[in-house]
Amino acid sequence: MKIRIKFRKWGSMKFIGHLDMMRYFQKVMRRADVDIRYSEGFSPHQIMSFAAPLGVGITSDGEYFDIEVHSTKSSDEMIKDLNATMVDGVEITGYVALPDNAKPAMSIVAAADYVLSYKEGYECPFTLEEWKSKVEELFTSQKSFNIIKKTKKSEREVDLKPLVYAFDVIEQDSKPAFYINVSTGSVDNIKPELLLTSIYEKLGLEYNESAIAIHRKDVYAVDEKSGKRVSLLDLGEEIV
Amino acid sequence: MKKLALSDEILMKIEKPARYIGNELNSIVKDKDAVDVRIAMCFPDVYEIGMSHLGIQILYDMFNRREDTWCERVYSPWPDLHKIMKEENIPLFGLESQEPVKDLDFLGITIQYEMCYTNILQVLDLAQIPLLAKDRTEEHPIVMGGGPCTYNPEPIADFFDFFYIGEGETQYDAIIDLYKEMKKNGASRADILHAIAKIEGMYVPALYEVTYKEDGTIDQFNPKYDDIPATIKRQVQVNLDEAIYPEKPVVPFIKATQDRVVLEIQRGCIRGCRFCQAGMIYRPNREKDVEVLKEYARKMLKATGHEEISLSSLSSSDYKQLEELLDFLLEECKKQHVNISLPSLRIDAFSLDIMSKVQDVKKSSITFAPEAGSQRMRNVINKGLTVEDILGGSKEAFLGGWNKVKLYFMLGLPTETEEDMRAIPELANQIAALYYETIPKEERTGKCQITMSTSFFVPKPFTPFQWAKMEDPGEYLRRAHIVNETMKAQLNHKSLRYNWHEADVTVLEGILARGDRKLSSAILHVYKNGGIYDAWSEFFQYQRWLDAFKACDIDMDFYNKRERYETEVFPWDFIDIGVTKEFMLREWKTALGETVTPNCRQRCSGCGAKSFGGGVCYEN
Repeated sequence: MKIRIKFRKWGSMKFIGHLDMMRYFQKVMRRADVDIRYSEGFSPHQIMSFAAPLGVGITSDGEYFDIEVHSTKSSDEMIKDLNATMVDGVEITGYVALPDNAKPAMSIVAAADYVLSYKEGYECPFTLEEWKSKVEELFTSQKSFNIIKKTKKSEREVDLKPLVYAFDVIEQDSKPAFYINVSTGSVDNIKPELLLTSIYEKLGLEYNESAIAIHRKDVYAVDEKSGKRVSLLDLGEEIV
Repeated sequence: MKKLALSDEILMKIEKPARYIGNELNSIVKDKDAVDVRIAMCFPDVYEIGMSHLGIQILYDMFNRREDTWCERVYSPWPDLHKIMKEENIPLFGLESQEPVKDLDFLGITIQYEMCYTNILQVLDLAQIPLLAKDRTEEHPIVMGGGPCTYNPEPIADFFDFFYIGEGETQYDAIIDLYKEMKKNGASRADILHAIAKIEGMYVPALYEVTYKEDGTIDQFNPKYDDIPATIKRQVQVNLDEAIYPEKPVVPFIKATQDRVVLEIQRGCIRGCRFCQAGMIYRPNREKDVEVLKEYARKMLKATGHEEISLSSLSSSDYKQLEELLDFLLEECKKQHVNISLPSLRIDAFSLDIMSKVQDVKKSSITFAPEAGSQRMRNVINKGLTVEDILGGSKEAFLGGWNKVKLYFMLGLPTETEEDMRAIPELANQIAALYYETIPKEERTGKCQITMSTSFFVPKPFTPFQWAKMEDPGEYLRRAHIVNETMKAQLNHKSLRYNWHEADVTVLEGILARGDRKLSSAILHVYKNGGIYDAWSEFFQYQRWLDAFKACDIDMDFYNKRERYETEVFPWDFIDIGVTKEFMLREWKTALGETVTPNCRQRCSGCGAKSFGGGVCYEN
């Protein structure tokens, strides 16, 4: 039976990287007595795969991994059991059954949305209204938004416009912040800060990465039937 | 959630920020206003090493069981963070509270190997605690030391307020009770340390005076006050079944060296190898009952979720209920998909059977630690392993499908000759030849691989070899070269591999292991000239130590190149480990006579440990 688990991660847990989170959850499965399936072979491992790795320093309300189990209690009971053995800064918020033919979360991730905000003690260069007009002028009203994307091996020009599904200036804790929804996953993976650093660059401002808190809100897949982007959790059914 | 001691900006630019944020599962956070005594326990090396240490886990658990006490953990910041903390004047903090260590009552440091001495100074320095005990005031924590290196605490005596000699289970409650009471009554630091010095097993270096003879050896070592004991008695937890053991060990986020449940099955060793300090300072051998261990295994696996369990002891094959324990673990672990990491077991039919159940035979290797190549040399060191044992075990292993053998040896042992050195690769060659004799060509999966590793012998305090002399680095390397050349001349040399330890570090370990109080100035000098993480080859600089010895007018040869005379007063003689100096001297002479001493189960050799009133001494 395939299960999708959603969790959130906050506070100092943002410094725990993706691989260590995987190790963390492998131990959680044992502590919470999850009847997880193991692979065959000489050194069997838990059948577990994560949706979209989260970078170090980023908090999230929408992280996912899939597991396979032999048996399970109800969603509510499982969430309770799992949360009984969590550390401060990680909480299980969803536990749903997937159809048997469901594709792994990792392969269907299409988008993720984020809020980028100014950390305490750091100045924001513009007011809310100023930011709104600058984003409108530099991004929203433009037909294309070309940037140089650097990888370890090469540099290439990419038009971000079709890969950014939303870019809004919002207010958070009475300071301007940015809501963005970007293409994510194996095809076109856009890091959330890429958009903001490009805007800063066009404005001739220096981007200080320490000043910006990045928070992922959720991860989405494209629903095969409707063609719409849906939260990964919505592809499963609550177990009652 | 707690505010972190380090800013996001710092944490994002250093390696592995998870080393410094605390918050691990089973770590203990208390209300600081609800406790009377706050302790930081430190392992002066990087987090991944320190977190793997069983001793601190036991003490952490023990202290935190007290409602009035909160114990936190501290490790050495990695050099990247070290630099930032120095530049920005950030005080070293406890992982649990994220608050400065300097504001706590005690800083306890476990001292497991000599090459961490500069890291002790690093920790004190970053904690903003004066490096020298004499410079500390009422506002500073009491700095205490424990662990195997404290059996000769003299080279680092100036840096500590007191040392706890022996096993932590016995006296810490008394110390905390005393501290709490005296503190409440407004006692001074000096008064408290004076009172601690009267608790059995506690050594307060400032209360003792050393005088030296003209030849540099110790003339007198005496307490400065009449009410302070002249000898310090090692503390022993006689009944281990009744001892505290952590049922819920802290589970790190990042992979620690020991990323598994560790089950201590016994303390001490019955063997009496003459080079081995652990074999002497943990006498008598005490086993834990198998039923107690089963219970701990279950609880600890459940509380941690670890996917592996390993056994901790000096010689697991000597544990009497090993078969029952391993059968239980195999059964229990199979159900839960938990791996068993086997300690080095004596290679025989039983252990090979167990190994084949828990490891992939094709990938794994079998290990022997003959420690010396020739039988003569093995008699000198009292290592009971014979060529027959090694060849017999290897043959069984080859028939069981193994084709890799690892062999551990020491070079530079007392009385070692070229013949003894050459015997090392000759033994390896014999094992390789045995493989080709035993396994028919068509059944072989390639060559066999026999790997020899040699370390250079370092004489340790409280061993029969404490009188022995050492060599210069050049001489050690010459000996390694002889082994290497002899290996190349062997018939099966293509199946043999050889690697050896660094010689410079060995020499330093030797000086620090048997040094006296005069050395502290040199250790300080090394630290002040940038020496930290000396246990890490990428940071260790031999020249820095040579410069320090020169600057402090210390003659290295005095410590290493001299065979000590029988009646010499050693810097560590004021410690009574329960095993007598007479026994050690007797063993030193028996060693030179190339004669073996039977192990504790075969016959009591009257070492003195029987006085503790338990363990193997009372088995029959």
